[in-house]
Amino acid sequence: MKFSILVNEGPYTHAASDTAYQFAKAALAKGHEIYRIFFYHDGVHNGTRLTVPPQDDRNIVKRWSDLAAKHQLDLVVCIAAAQRRGLMDAAEAKRHGKDADNIAPGFRISGLGQLIEAGIQADRLVVFGG
Amino acid sequence: MLHTVNKSPFENSTLESCLKFAGQGSAVLLIEDGVYAATRDTAVSKLVQQALKRVSIYALKPDVEARGMQDRLMDGVRLVDYEGFVDLVAEHNAVQSWL
Amino acid sequence: MVEETTGGVAKKFLYVNRRAPYGTIYALESLEVVLIGAAFEQDVSLAFLGDGVYQLARNQDTKGLEVKNFSPAFRALEDYDVTKIYVEKEALEARGLSESDLVVSVEVVSAQRMTEIMEGQDVILSF
Repeated sequence: MKFSILVNEGPYTHAASDTAYQFAKAALAKGHEIYRIFFYHDGVHNGTRLTVPPQDDRNIVKRWSDLAAKHQLDLVVCIAAAQRRGLMDAAEAKRHGKDADNIAPGFRISGLGQLIEAGIQADRLVVFGG
Repeated sequence: MLHTVNKSPFENSTLESCLKFAGQGSAVLLIEDGVYAATRDTAVSKLVQQALKRVSIYALKPDVEARGMQDRLMDGVRLVDYEGFVDLVAEHNAVQSWL
Repeated sequence: MVEETTGGVAKKFLYVNRRAPYGTIYALESLEVVLIGAAFEQDVSLAFLGDGVYQLARNQDTKGLEVKNFSPAFRALEDYDVTKIYVEKEALEARGLSESDLVVSVEVVSAQRMTEIMEGQDVILSF
């Protein structure tokens, strides 16, 4: 089966990102396909390169990047939500005259249409929020 | 339909809302802070027991254990792990997350 | 990874709104999804439950807050062919509101009817 996942909250503050990650991992372990993971609202913060979590706890951002690399997952951060919250890739930073970008490996920034498409193309869409 | 509830039933009306709209024969999966609704002898146990007559209720085991509630569960609520969560999603036509 | 969109049977998308406006961003950003999503020609319904009904209240004046008043965007929904807007009857009553207090025309439904509407959906987005 093809799953799409929507993550509505940022890392650590809400459990949404953790639950979504464990769900994604389990789905892949069962041989399902993950069509797309879309990050909206504060969920865009899952894609920041600049977190330095404590050593004795999970590294949520890195975990997403690693899972994406291992399974060729499509991690999409909503451009509108990202702009509001200061999540940029290099192209966006240049476009808006910002002096830095901060997107983590494995994530790409794109429009809300990617979320709708994720719902259309997958067999199931699961929402994780706060 | 599969419904998920991620809020504690005591500080929030999310569980109540979910149960109001969960049709006969649907499944409700308690996750994150929602698992507290699966514990016995609480102010909402009766609500949950009543609901069990119409819907199946599951609780996500890792969330139950994280909160130390594993010995306090009411009868009738089934525990699932993340793979069980995935199965529940696959088995139902759609999933509605109550946040 | 840009792919062809749609080209198949339209899916039934339901957007569930349960939160009041302005206290949090969910109401605004959920409406943004609806407006963008309208271009994809799916079978769209909106449900307003609980405090979500407040999103549709008339007379929103945000000048004092210095935040954007996004309630006018609800009137654009009709232009986008989003006409299935369901509001929970009990939620209105519990808040002392009636249909005439809302900025757009809606269908006020009972919990039972709302359940039926929800059960028929393919994709349910909650915010």
